[in-house]
This record gives sequence, structure tokens and C-alpha cells, in this order.
Amino acid sequence: MALPEVKQSATEARLSALTLPESGCLKAARQAALSRVQTMGLPSRRDEYWKYTKPDTLVQADAPKAAVFHADEVPMFNAFERLNIVFVDGVFDAEASDDLELEGLTIDRIEDICCKDIHWAKDLYGVLEARGQTPVERPLAALNTAFASDGVAIRVTGKVSKPLNFTYVHSDENSDAILHHVIRVESGAEVTVLENGPAASRFNKCMEIDIADGGTMHLVRAQGRDHERRAATHLFARLGTESVFKSFTLTVNGVLTRNEAVIELTGDDAVAHIAGACVGDGDFHHDDTVFITHDAVNCESRQVFKKVLRNGATGVFQGKILVKEGAQKTDGYQISQSLLLDDDSQFLAKPELEIYADDVACSHGSTSGAIDEEGLFYLRSRGVPHAEATDLMTLAFLAEAVDEIEDAEIAADIVSRLEGWLARRR
Amino acid sequence: MLEIKNLHVKLEDEEKQILKGVDLKVEAGKVHAIMGPNGSGKSTLSYVLSGRDGYEVTEGSAELEGEDILEMEPEERAAAGMFLAFQYPVEIPGVGNMTFLRTAVNAQHKARGEEELSASDFLKEVRAKAKTLKIDAEMLKRPVNVGFSGGEKKRNEILQMAMLEPKLCILDETDSGLDVDAMKLVAEGVNALRDEGRGFLVITHYQRLLDHIKPDVVHILAGGRIVKTGGPELALEVENNGYAGILAEEA
Repeated sequence: MALPEVKQSATEARLSALTLPESGCLKAARQAALSRVQTMGLPSRRDEYWKYTKPDTLVQADAPKAAVFHADEVPMFNAFERLNIVFVDGVFDAEASDDLELEGLTIDRIEDICCKDIHWAKDLYGVLEARGQTPVERPLAALNTAFASDGVAIRVTGKVSKPLNFTYVHSDENSDAILHHVIRVESGAEVTVLENGPAASRFNKCMEIDIADGGTMHLVRAQGRDHERRAATHLFARLGTESVFKSFTLTVNGVLTRNEAVIELTGDDAVAHIAGACVGDGDFHHDDTVFITHDAVNCESRQVFKKVLRNGATGVFQGKILVKEGAQKTDGYQISQSLLLDDDSQFLAKPELEIYADDVACSHGSTSGAIDEEGLFYLRSRGVPHAEATDLMTLAFLAEAVDEIEDAEIAADIVSRLEGWLARRR
Repeated sequence: MLEIKNLHVKLEDEEKQILKGVDLKVEAGKVHAIMGPNGSGKSTLSYVLSGRDGYEVTEGSAELEGEDILEMEPEERAAAGMFLAFQYPVEIPGVGNMTFLRTAVNAQHKARGEEELSASDFLKEVRAKAKTLKIDAEMLKRPVNVGFSGGEKKRNEILQMAMLEPKLCILDETDSGLDVDAMKLVAEGVNALRDEGRGFLVITHYQRLLDHIKPDVVHILAGGRIVKTGGPELALEVENNGYAGILAEEA
């Protein structure tokens, strides 16, 4: 079917500003992705999946300018041992990064996949993204696969002793970065991946994660807080038998963020938890779009999303649990909640369940509310000043999402970032 | 300590006058009890004094040690030495009881220009005071009042009172929802805080709490006014004759 003319021309305008990178053995994957983009067309606001988030600035040919925010605070995830991998405006910075060597894993840049003949990565690049295009199209992810200019391929073969920490530095106010990472967690292996930083004025990031039987991956990210930055991120994860994938995302500021997570539970007894907390003030639009497919027996999935919104900020949640025929004993849970600190802010939620198995337990809930006045008065009656009491109540609201982070040190880092945000708004 | 003069209070949202001229003076070191039938304005009095929204003072005054408290924010009243033990303590999921206590104690110290307690001194003090109220470490860790039984909630109120060391303690139906043993425990906690420098206002329906917290003065509040004031024997009279009898007498 031919694309509507408006969509066609918008897609062409965007594509004409890009060049397919030279990349030997990934060429086929990139070209296939390009033709997916051409067939689907880039998102427009008429698309059902983009009903609550205007994709215009994510799609337009040039990235809108975004000032670099100079924070004089301690970088995230700084207090513990980790292996640092640094990208500046979407380009790997070897100097700022540690040696990419650590027992239990290998790290290569995607541009080296071909010359080093890294088979597993060739077989993964663009594959989960392509699978994730049905039943809902995600053209920005296909665009990413086609045009990603950098990224890494990580293969985890053992229990890794310290987290990998990606820092995405934003230094150019016109930067437009496309990064693509592929991660393969082998059977019984375990890794924690951290990500932080705004990355670029406009950031399109895709992460494909393939977790083999009994593998475990924790992902914690803190999306940078440059006020004008924009980001569209995709997380594609495929989980084997008894594997575990747990992710948490903190979003503080940023004019536009769309985080999609597409999770496929393909092996029995697998566990996937996807959580997020965001705090937005003013010109802030944050969209969590999650699609979890249960395609095996006795798997557990959990979605916990909390948003604090004020001064006209907007939060969006589109979360779906699809339980396929035969995926019996599925345990699916989904909660999305917003705390609206004034009448100008809004939260748009679309929770969905689609179930084709008859022996499952799935629940979902979504709420929007103001701060609990009773609780506020209780705290104040004990001498806690209004602003501090409001902050305590706000942190308490976010706690259920933050509690999804298993590592106490990492969680503490996230909480201190939230406290900083609140304190600056007193 | 606390001096209330001709206090008139109505609900903010509707034309309903609740307190119609309350006069009351609580001296330091004394325990005053306020008894009264349902709807007499007992809880309103406690809320107005602690600064809850939704009430409008149309006339009269309330002073704590000579300071007008009605113009103060709730947290300022707390810092000035006012404490209300809630009839229904509020559950706050996500805020640890210990964090809550520490934030409150430190906020009051700060408001009064005093030094904050060190973490270890604070911990020592909380543990000692919690022990006498039979509050275990687990309860201190849990979110404020979440999943607490009725008795645990009330003991938690008294623990807060003990930690904050207020000048004036208002107990709003602290006996409601308590069995005899729990009531004794709470009363012991309150009695341990009785002190020459501290005043108490104990609001209750029933005389039984006053068996354990012996009042110096008993007031009967009815129809938004204090209609009778007497000694502890007045509480017994209520117990024996009910409010109807006393009110008929006063009419």
C-alpha cells in the first residue's frame, strides 16, 4: 500500500539527510532496515501509536538545537567500580573510556563486527528490531538500524564483576546522534549495564538484547537532564528459558522523550521487569511505550511506571501485555501512575491486555492524582515544612518504581538525583 | 500554656458553625480532659488548634505561651510546641517511619535554631523510647503507619510525641480502637511524658481512658461550647448518667 503523501515526503526528507554507513557484512541488515523504513514511513501524528506524542521533531531532517546543560554535580554512578564507555554526541570516545576489557565479556564497536567477523553480532544486529515491527510498527527503530553511526556489541559469557557504565555526553547544541548496541548474554551469564547522559540534541538509540537460557541482565539508565534535548529510544529484548531481564529508567527533564521497550518472553520461566520514574517540569513530554509478549509457559512480567509532572508537563504511558496461545501460567502485572503537582499537567495512559491463554494472571492499573493532603498535613503537623513535606511525599510516590532496582548503591544514586531535582525546585 | 478565648469556628465550605465560643485555659503541668457527645466539636477543636485546612475562625483567639497560633502554619505550630496525636493516624506509603521521625525532629530543631541531632544520638534515643512503647525495630523500618494495627498506630503517635517533646499535647480520641491492654500501654507512654512544663488536652468520649490518664480538670463540650467544667468526678458522672443527664441539668 502506498504511503500517504505527507508521510512519504516527510520520510524522504529525513532519509535524504542521511547516508547509509559503509559497513561490509552489516550492509544487508542496514539495507533491509532502510526498506522497512521506506515501506512503513516515519511516524506522523496521525498514527494511532503516536496519538499522544508528536513525532515531528524526532522525524524532521535536522535536529532542533538544544543547549548543553552544564551541571556542577557529581556524575551519575560515580561511587562504585565500573567500566566506563563514553560517547560524545554519539561518537565513541576512546580516551575518556576505560580499556574495553573485562573478565566475562567482550566489547567491540559495531564498525568492527565485520573485520573481526563477530558472528553472533551479525546474527543479532537488526534482527530483534525487525521482529519488533509486528504487530506494531516502530519506524524510528528501523531508521536506527539502517543509519546507526556507532555503538557496541557486547557478549557476556560469565558473571561480570562490575557494571558497564555508558556515559553519553552532549557537547554540541546541534548534534543528532544515532547509536545502536547489541548485547548477547550467554547461558548462565550475568551483567549490569548502566547508562547516563543526554547524548545529543537529538538522540535515537536502539539496544537489542538477546538473553540465552539462564542469563541475567540488569539495565539502569538515567536519561540526561538537558532541558531541550530530545530522545527516541528502543529496547528490544528476547528472553530465553529461566532468564531474567530487569530495567529501570530515570528521566529528569528533556523536552521530549519516547522510550519504547519491546520484550519477548520466548523461554519458559523467564522474568522481565520494566520500570521507570520520571520527573518533569514545564516544557516536558515523556512517553513510555511498552510491549511485552508472553510466548512461553510460566513467565513473569512486571511494568511499574511513575511520573511526577508539574507546570504543564505531560506524561504518556502505552503499555501492552500480549499473552499468546499456550503461554499458560503467565503472571503479568502493570501499573502506571502519575502525580500531578498542579492543574496544568496531564497524564495520558493506555494500558492494554490481549490474552489468548486461559490459565493466566494478569492485572493492570493506572491512576492520576494530586499529592495526598492528609499525608501532607500529617507531616506538617509534626513540624516538617511544606516544601520538604511535599518532597518527601513525592519521593514516596516514586519509591515503588525505584524499588525495582535491586542494587542498593545504584538505587541510592537514583534517589539522590531525584532529591537534587526536587531541591532545585523549592 | 494554652489559652483559648471565645473561639468561633465554622466549616470553610459550608455555613455550618461548629464551635460557638469556646473558652479554655490549660496550664503547664496539668491534664485537661474534654468530653462530649458526638458532633459536639471535639475533633474540630483539635484540628483548628493544629492548623488543618477546611476550618475558618470567625471570632476569638488561641494562644500558646502568649503567641497567637491561629495565624501560624501547621509546621510553625509544631515548632512552637504544639502536638496533635491523631484520632486516625495517616498512612504514608513510601516514607520510612524512621526517616519520618528524623526529618520531623530535625526540622523542629532547625526551626528553633537548635543543632540537629547526630544520626547516632537520634538512633539511640528512638530505640530507647520505642522500647518502652513496645515498638520493635521492624515497625520503625516500615512505612509510616502502613499495615500497622490500631494499637500500633496509636503507640506510634505517642513515640512521635516522646521524640518531639512538645509543650502542649492534644490527644484526639487516642483510646478509640484500642483494647484494654493497648490502652494501658498508650496511657503509660503518655503518663511518662507528664511533666511540670507540659500541658495536656485529652479529648475522649469515654471515661475509661481517664482511669489511666488521670485528669486534673474535666470539661464537657456540647453544641460548640464548654457547658460544664469540674474535677475528675465529672468524668464519672458522665459515665453514670450519660451526657443527656448533664446537658439537661445545664439547660
